[in-house]
Amino acid sequence: MTDIAVAPATGVAVARPDQTGELTPWRLLLRRPTFLAGAVILLFWLACAIFGNLIAPHNPLAQQLLLTNQAPSGAHWFGTDQLGRDVLSRVIVGARSILFIAFAATVLSTILGTALGLVMGYFGGIVDILAGRLVEAALALPVVIVAFLFIVALGPSPLTIIVVIGLVFTLLIARTVRSTVLVESQLDYLAAARLVGEKSARIMFTEVLPNVVPAVLVEFTVRLGYAIFAIATLSFLGFGVQPPTPDWGADIAHNYVTLGAGYWWMTLFPALAIASLVIGINLVTDSIEQVLAS
Amino acid sequence: MTATDASAAAAGRGGAEPTLSVGHLDVVYKVRGRDRLALRDVSFEVGRRESYGLVGESGSGKSTVALALTRYLPRNGRVSAGTVSINGADPLAMSGADLRQLRARAVSMVYQEPGKALNPSIRVGRQVAEVYEIAGLHRAEAAERAEAMLRKVQIADPGQVMGRYPHQLSGGMAQRVVIAMALAAEPALLILDEPTTALDATVEAEVLDLVSALRAEFDTSVLFISHNLAVIAKMCDRVGVLYAGELVEEGPAREVFDNPRHPYTVGLLRCIPRRGQRKDHGRLDTIPGFLPSAGHTLTGCVFAPRCLLAEDRCREVPPPTYQVGAGRTARCYRHDEAPSLPRATPEDKPLPGPAASAETLVQLAGLSKTFVARGSRGAQVHALTGVDLELERGETLGLVGESGSGKTTLARVLLGLLPPDPGATVELAGQPLAADVRRRSRSELKALQIVFQNPDSALNRRHTVRRLISAPLTRLAGLSGERLRARLAELIAAVRLEERHLAMRPNQLSGGLKQRVAIARAFGGGPAVVVCDEPTSALDVSVQAAILNLLADLQAGEQVSYLFISHDLGVVRYLSDRIAVLYLSKVMEIGPAERVFSGPHHPYTEALLSAVPSLDGQRADRIKLSGEIPSATSLPTGCVFHTRCPRRLPSGICESQDPPLLEVEPGHRMSCHIPLDELQNLQRAGQPT
Repeated sequence: MTDIAVAPATGVAVARPDQTGELTPWRLLLRRPTFLAGAVILLFWLACAIFGNLIAPHNPLAQQLLLTNQAPSGAHWFGTDQLGRDVLSRVIVGARSILFIAFAATVLSTILGTALGLVMGYFGGIVDILAGRLVEAALALPVVIVAFLFIVALGPSPLTIIVVIGLVFTLLIARTVRSTVLVESQLDYLAAARLVGEKSARIMFTEVLPNVVPAVLVEFTVRLGYAIFAIATLSFLGFGVQPPTPDWGADIAHNYVTLGAGYWWMTLFPALAIASLVIGINLVTDSIEQVLAS
Repeated sequence: MTATDASAAAAGRGGAEPTLSVGHLDVVYKVRGRDRLALRDVSFEVGRRESYGLVGESGSGKSTVALALTRYLPRNGRVSAGTVSINGADPLAMSGADLRQLRARAVSMVYQEPGKALNPSIRVGRQVAEVYEIAGLHRAEAAERAEAMLRKVQIADPGQVMGRYPHQLSGGMAQRVVIAMALAAEPALLILDEPTTALDATVEAEVLDLVSALRAEFDTSVLFISHNLAVIAKMCDRVGVLYAGELVEEGPAREVFDNPRHPYTVGLLRCIPRRGQRKDHGRLDTIPGFLPSAGHTLTGCVFAPRCLLAEDRCREVPPPTYQVGAGRTARCYRHDEAPSLPRATPEDKPLPGPAASAETLVQLAGLSKTFVARGSRGAQVHALTGVDLELERGETLGLVGESGSGKTTLARVLLGLLPPDPGATVELAGQPLAADVRRRSRSELKALQIVFQNPDSALNRRHTVRRLISAPLTRLAGLSGERLRARLAELIAAVRLEERHLAMRPNQLSGGLKQRVAIARAFGGGPAVVVCDEPTSALDVSVQAAILNLLADLQAGEQVSYLFISHDLGVVRYLSDRIAVLYLSKVMEIGPAERVFSGPHHPYTEALLSAVPSLDGQRADRIKLSGEIPSATSLPTGCVFHTRCPRRLPSGICESQDPPLLEVEPGHRMSCHIPLDELQNLQRAGQPT
């Protein structure tokens, strides 16, 4: 890194002694305040998702019909909803469904998308053209509309959402991975691998794949953010997690009609939860991208 | 310090105030919160009408000098001490407006990549005219002046070129446009930073001639920055040698290169194969060790850790600048003994040439390769047409030619990475080879390996050195366990890597070490033929010498044949037994290295040889090539070289008939209508009129 500053664009490789003590990407990440802030937010919601029932002060499902529409107070920090359920508890426990579905969908799409992108970029030619057109056709439709169609056909369930979002994002990830692979396939190490008799599949997965991992990592975090939005939107439209399970999108949908009556807390807190989670993920994404680019 | 100021020397050369004067300049880059010294105590002057060269390897700080002079340092860099004066004005103290004026009128810069210096979305004419408009001319007048300026930089049809976009220009043409823009403001100082490094030798020669001619015409002082000592020797009156941010030696260019007085300069010059030096004359000398990293904390002389003359005082107290002759300085205690610097690499062991009982190992016949250009209605690009070549066991066949001549395509076809056009013969030891590497047997794969030009591209950056070198051992030689370990140890010893390097990844190694890993990989399977595709052109001179020695040693030990591709004729001459000269997809000449170099040779070879600047004194006359390299989509009729040939026959035969590649002497074939003895007479007589 220092050499870049010292010898700009001479077109000649920089001779330098072995560098020791160079910071690993991980340590560079930990030095960035934006990464730390994002990671703290993300970890907080992860903890809520895993230990939600232990953390939550009340049972998120317990209805207290005498205590409906309570404004935030010492007993109910975030107030209660139309059925007298504790909003704070519902927000905490609600992290579980959205995070689980989003993670599962993103992991699925990352695995499939990376494989598809590798094949498209590595083989190029007709494989690439056919797959590329298919990807473009699928991406011409908004994610939520595609998901909507599938859910109507298959019935709403977390599994359907995971598969639908996973498949749509597969195409997006494949497109990014493909362009990275195209850059890699110009490099001579692929020819060198062929010259020692390595087969295509092996070259793809042991030579090329490790070099596209950084791009895949960035893509994973970006898609995770989008997945959360998409899932929240589907829940809001009533196609996500079904009541009474706590869910941010569904809770907003059930309660926003009361905004006119001044009951802002039932809508605001789940909305803030979605916003903070997406912001946290984006902060992490940005930091990873910048560290990998430097 | 008892330092003798460079200014004292400059004053001796009489005359007015120098155009540029730099005094005790320090530049630091702030990297991760720490200041790292990139230039230390650099002082020099460029007089009126003088051409001053700054030479140094990568990381020496030569570009930093140029950036500091015009305050173009990156944001993390700053001048921490010293003075700069351009035409008597101090750019370091200027306000924004004054600085812009200085950059617009007094100083111009030309960089290595002309493509990056021109705005891709503005027509060439507008870009040049803009310089005149900034100077206050009206649009029409500016366009007129721009056209005149383009004519001055020898652009044949300036009116037409002005309407083009930069991407429609060749590299040489684009660099002419950049030079035209730089000189349009008639600057007092022209800074050229590696202006010809990205260009072919023949184009480089033209651009350098152009700079020399225009310098005289425009009365401009030149600061010429290059890693190429021969280019500096050709272009500059005086030269300063930079090492690790310090100016270690300075003086008139001729004297510095003929009689260097600093051990670094001495070592650097010995690394370059010169005066027809060949591998059987013995090894090249090298400079041991590495350039200290930026921000080093050496207390004494910066070169001491690599210097074979270093004593205790060298390591303790930085040496002052000694006056070592008229206008010459050297920053070395032992400058008197520098010329007798001991060799770092013993010269012994003349390396044997190829065995007398020549056995043809690789036979290429009727080899053509046509690419279909995408997007331009299926235009065909002829990369190779009807190439016949043979490679003998244990020999080095040098492949030279300008970019686009087909050198790399030839190598890729041989390796099976590109299929040739149907009808070609590619044989290994008499057996036809499959066109596709994936259909070749293990023993065929084993036989043919390559060392690529750029190790950053050739080595998978995610793999360790151990894994990289083991790949051919396990996959081609079928080794495992103890035998694998033993062979690995043997290999890394052969390429002079150390055990500790095995666990590292390529980005932890220097360029030279990376290339050693690539060489070890190529030799891992026990190849019969190794293609070396510009293996040293991404490396510094001192590293290049070590790699060339290594290649020569390995060849002597393993009886392997090399197909050695390089644009550096000195390097090719050093290593090659035979040489093939390619031009526009065809072999122009092939023969024993000494015959091809000493002549009589093909007119193209003659032009190529005379285009290359030499450290060994100026050549009397140069064969100049006219025009651009024709497009490979429509090869010229007759002899492909006739459009540029300075010795084209008046009879018109060159335009109409393609000369066959005929044997003119034993083992020496040439494709030219002019008979050999006539060529000999012509070439003795010198340049054609």
